[in-house]
Amino acid sequence: MSGTILLAHGGGGQLTDELLEQVVRPRLGNPLLDAQLDSGMIPLPDGTRLALTTDSYVVQPWEFPGGNIGRLAVCGTVNDLAVCGAKVLGLGLSLILAEGLEKAGLERVMDAVAQAAKQANVRIITGDTKVVGRGAADGLYITTCGIGLVPAGVDLSPMNVRQGDVLLINGPIGEHGLAVMMARQMPQMVCPLQSDSAPLNGLMEALLAAAPLTRFARDATRGGVAGLCADLAKASGKRIVLREADVPVTAATRRAAEVLGIDVLEVANEGKLVAVVAAEQAEAALGAMRSQCWGKGAAIIGQVGAAGGICEMVTNMGGRRIVQKPYGEQLPRIC
Amino acid sequence: MSERPTDLWLDRLRRAAAAVARPLAFMEICGTHTMAAFRCGLRALLPDSVRLISGPGCPVCVTAPGDIDLILQAAQKPDVVLCTYGDMLRVGGIDGDSLEQRRADGADVRIIYSTLDAVDLAEKSPQKQVVLAAVGFETTTPATAAAVLQAQRRGLKNFSILASHKRVMPALEALLAEGDVSVQGLMCPGHVSIILGAGVYRPLAQRYRMPCVVAGFEPLQMMQTLALLAEMNQQGQARVDNIYAPLVREQGNQAALRLTERVFEPCDAEWRGLGKIGQSGLRLAAEFEQYDAAARLGLSRREGGEPPGCRCGQVIKGKQTPDQCPLFATVCTPTRPIGPCMVSGEGTCAAWFKYGRATAAGEAS
Repeated sequence: MSGTILLAHGGGGQLTDELLEQVVRPRLGNPLLDAQLDSGMIPLPDGTRLALTTDSYVVQPWEFPGGNIGRLAVCGTVNDLAVCGAKVLGLGLSLILAEGLEKAGLERVMDAVAQAAKQANVRIITGDTKVVGRGAADGLYITTCGIGLVPAGVDLSPMNVRQGDVLLINGPIGEHGLAVMMARQMPQMVCPLQSDSAPLNGLMEALLAAAPLTRFARDATRGGVAGLCADLAKASGKRIVLREADVPVTAATRRAAEVLGIDVLEVANEGKLVAVVAAEQAEAALGAMRSQCWGKGAAIIGQVGAAGGICEMVTNMGGRRIVQKPYGEQLPRIC
Repeated sequence: MSERPTDLWLDRLRRAAAAVARPLAFMEICGTHTMAAFRCGLRALLPDSVRLISGPGCPVCVTAPGDIDLILQAAQKPDVVLCTYGDMLRVGGIDGDSLEQRRADGADVRIIYSTLDAVDLAEKSPQKQVVLAAVGFETTTPATAAAVLQAQRRGLKNFSILASHKRVMPALEALLAEGDVSVQGLMCPGHVSIILGAGVYRPLAQRYRMPCVVAGFEPLQMMQTLALLAEMNQQGQARVDNIYAPLVREQGNQAALRLTERVFEPCDAEWRGLGKIGQSGLRLAAEFEQYDAAARLGLSRREGGEPPGCRCGQVIKGKQTPDQCPLFATVCTPTRPIGPCMVSGEGTCAAWFKYGRATAAGEAS
């Protein structure tokens, strides 16, 4: 590993993995951390488990079409708990503000926090505020923590995934990442894309009620569906097969991805999760997702094959290609 | 299985390939074709006797180490803001260093989408020297030319470029004239042809009896191209078919070509893997010499070799496939790229690694 941290080390791709494996895990490793779930799980005597998660938000620009950093912080934290099967008990919110930030901007962020918390039916129960000198931070950063309770008998993990299971997603992919990238790279362009950031705890509850044989779920944030499925293949040791024709992508998203030269499968989402469900409950799971306001565009996008440890995509033209975890930073192509 | 639009052309490709009864190798010249072909899983569908090989059409990959080194030198100068296209960020120079690393070390490196963003930046930051690292083929050259003309119009003294723009046709000509690359047809680059026009391939097709199809990047167009190339081989013809009309006209985009001619003049250029090719590069015309960043910043060009063991040169010529390189997927990976073909999103090695590598290995599991 080279001597300095690159931007790509924070991209949630292969370089992030490398940083964790070389620097963090050797020093801090323990069975709860090593499970590598979206939340750490603390077993309680009554068979339930406490789920604890933490996350930092540094998105630029911090206001973008469809939301801002405050909405993102609440949704992202709620979703990290929800995909572990946890019922959210409460959130903590830590603000790092840059000197010179306009108060009105902070008010908009807090309004978004309040609105998202209301939609998720969760409360912010603790927090902290720090201010750093001008130039030490870009606008504002938010760090969150979240705590939830996983009912006894609910155990979502890549290890539970079996051959024949199906993969579902709750709607069209790529909207958050592309909306932010378009706002960052081409602010002069009128772009219909909006961030999809949404709290998915209600949807997860409906899914688990309708399909108790849900094996695993994860929100497809950094690294996108590609990163999620490549990780799932690796962690489960199974071959994951996606069908390109079935992965929902809106026309606007597809065009934005083409303009920026980016593979939409690798783009971050903030309101999408992939769930793996036993085949016999696939239709029930799909119906449950579609009954929810954040799941109207749900679809079955692939299935779990035999052993293999890789993710593969059957393309629209009937060819096949490998789906890999992105490297890190998404770099637009020259032409 | 329902009929897909590509199935018709796949069927024609299969029939023509069977009728020809000898192996056919077609070259896609453009890096975007390379990536698109992998992304849609094209190779997995080809008949055994048909091979698709990648040509020298990734602008990052063919940029000589010495040119990358100049860009890195510029980024290190105080008060320089270096503007570049995203792909260039990770490509290694002579010492294996990259802009990504320089940025982490404090250099001001900005990824741009439009060359005019660099001109605007120069106007807004008079205390900085804004340098545009300009690489690419005929598609991107007019945009660089437009930026230089804008800088002139706005009277900017703090905007300059490091140009290593390349011309596709001299390289293609050199590759075919060399005669050691066996190709039975060309998938001509869609974007470049929008600028150059389909007409430029006609003399080439005639001289080398080379079937050519100018194609876009949709799976249907690529499959159709392969079928048409195979059929031309079957019929003993060497036509130039343009299936990317009306975007690609016979005469190309004259306005863009004039823009390039106004600002640049052809010169010999060094290509990674191909060496020096006469008249295959572009340098600023005398009137615009003041926009040359190398002169303005006092940079001196160093000559550098390829990384030891790297076969990118052979890959760029289509003489070897990435998996024939001893470094491929062992020490050279997208996370730790050694050769430029692994760095660029359009690079052949990156495409093989990203979309194709485990297909062969994966079948065993």
